[in-house]
Amino acid sequence: MSDKILNKDQAASFLAELGRERDLFAPAVSQGKVVWAPLEPGQEPLWRFSNTALSPKEFFFPQTECLMRFKNRQDGEEGMIMHPEPELARERALVNMRPCDAKAFGVLDLIFCQDQMTDDPYWRDKREKSLIVALACNDPCPTCFCTSMNCGPHAEAGADVLLVDLGERLLAKGVSDKGREAIAALPEADEADLAAAEGAKQKAEAAITTQVAMDNIGGREVMELYEAKHWDRVHESCLNCGTCTFFCPTCHCFDIQDETQGEQGRRVRNWDYCMSWLFTQHGSGHNPRGAKKDRVRQRFMHKFSYIPLKRGGEIGCVGCGRCVQQCPVNIDVREVVRDMNA
Amino acid sequence: MDNKDIAQAIREAASRLLAEGAVDCVIGYEAGTLPMRERPFFAYTPEEAQRLTWTGFCCNNLANFLVRRPQGEAGKVAVVAQGCVSRSIVGLIKEHQITREQVHVIGVASPGMLDRDKVQALVGPEKVITAVSEEGEDLLVEGPGWQERLPRKKVMRDNCYTCVQRNPVIHDDMIGEESEPTHGGQIDKVAAPWEKLDTAGRLAAFAENYQDCIRCYACRDACPLCYCHVCFVDESQPQWCGKTQDGSDVLTYHLLRAFHCAGRCTDCGACESACPQGIKVRRLTSKIEKDVRELYGYAPGLDEKSVPPLSAHKPDDPQGFIK
Repeated sequence: MSDKILNKDQAASFLAELGRERDLFAPAVSQGKVVWAPLEPGQEPLWRFSNTALSPKEFFFPQTECLMRFKNRQDGEEGMIMHPEPELARERALVNMRPCDAKAFGVLDLIFCQDQMTDDPYWRDKREKSLIVALACNDPCPTCFCTSMNCGPHAEAGADVLLVDLGERLLAKGVSDKGREAIAALPEADEADLAAAEGAKQKAEAAITTQVAMDNIGGREVMELYEAKHWDRVHESCLNCGTCTFFCPTCHCFDIQDETQGEQGRRVRNWDYCMSWLFTQHGSGHNPRGAKKDRVRQRFMHKFSYIPLKRGGEIGCVGCGRCVQQCPVNIDVREVVRDMNA
Repeated sequence: MDNKDIAQAIREAASRLLAEGAVDCVIGYEAGTLPMRERPFFAYTPEEAQRLTWTGFCCNNLANFLVRRPQGEAGKVAVVAQGCVSRSIVGLIKEHQITREQVHVIGVASPGMLDRDKVQALVGPEKVITAVSEEGEDLLVEGPGWQERLPRKKVMRDNCYTCVQRNPVIHDDMIGEESEPTHGGQIDKVAAPWEKLDTAGRLAAFAENYQDCIRCYACRDACPLCYCHVCFVDESQPQWCGKTQDGSDVLTYHLLRAFHCAGRCTDCGACESACPQGIKVRRLTSKIEKDVRELYGYAPGLDEKSVPPLSAHKPDDPQGFIK
């Protein structure tokens, strides 16, 4: 039996125990926005919130990440020799992550750590040293469409523990071995708790009002989808800014640069985005995605066609709705997928 | 005329222009998929023109799309333009990005556009808003099982409080009546909160203002002034600006962009409406707007004839800064 009960008034001591070996982080309100912040000892985490404005991908894939350092000299033994950055010093727990975000990192594992040749040590280090304690959504937003994207308000994938808010108490489900170990000392849940959690799940799923069908996309030839007429209209109002990609929990493109200042040098990885023409500009001057339409199409094709094709049916979207909320010209991914599926 | 009448008149004007073949496309606004999210829309047929709308949430500057033409540079387009957008169009004509003949301006007086973030903050950040409608000077905000009435004046975009040109400066069709030319706010009182600080204080205030910047460049990409084929932050040979989130790189981006807009910015507020992080982007551009006005007696985009001060050279220009 891996389902346990955590009384909210005992959450502080449970978290203190988690925090003995780990740094704790949780969503908190700062200047009117819900953001990820360190959870101080004894501090009550936020139990009621929709989701953080930005996704927590920064924890595993920082927007700016120094990968290596080197001495910027052509001569001498140390000249241009790369030295790795130290790994994450302490384990950490990310408390009250929404299931859509936890799921997103499960999807990104398939991309950052594919096989022996494609195994990103920076991603892996942070993933392995993080415990994800997810908090199921009981009140989804009108922009949520997770249930259409292999996910859901109570989805467990990608999390180590899933908490379900039952009012005064939380049901704690151990999802991974690491998660089961973290909640081992908590009392067992009883049948009534399980029934209440199941009820909350069904209610939350029913509250997701947007359904986005994907059933035809997989059946269509990639080139047919690529050449579909609707792309001529989707991109019209797009500004080609990076908002959708930077808010997206699954967008993961990056650019690596060497920076030098005097004798100091570092190799640094920054978020990049397919909406930018520069992202695909070749040294020759050729750009395979030279027009705005090519770039806008790429983002949707990548998420809803290429990733499902290459990653065994996983979708490059978890339906969190952040892009819908933030796009400066209200390009709504739900409409785009409907067009793709038509 | 209320918003519904204006929207209907825009649809009629657009249908006529498209049916007559006077333009290939009408760029206006349509209702978005969420409340308060009116969005740019490109109508190519009289039928599509029926989707055009007009509300206080028409916050994108559509002049932007004249230099980023969706269907190439050929043909004539019509664009729905309130005061600031018309000033941007004038600026683009002066900067030889478009010709006056290429664009048919469907002018509308701006009622002062609204800030959806302010509406959300006032009703409570946790509340789900399902519908918003304008009723005269009030805004009726509705959610599941609740409704709230907010005075329009409390939720306008910052730039609209100090607008000096609500009516379009050029137009080929005018929808509705012209309104009072200004909202009456004092831009100089709010334009440059950093002016009184010393250098260190300014740097600290700057760092605080931009600390949430994620460099998505929505401010740049929403701006009709930012039409450079290669923006300085995208130049790679040489690379002028670092790509990281370090304060110096973020500062370089915002400072240089603001200076590029000197003597050109019409204070349309599209940058702030686009910013997903709610950054007060105008803190810099407003100060520069004030400087240009005080030093050169110039306000951008108000007429088609005057020469932008930073595009002109005079033999007696002060040259004391050249050392």
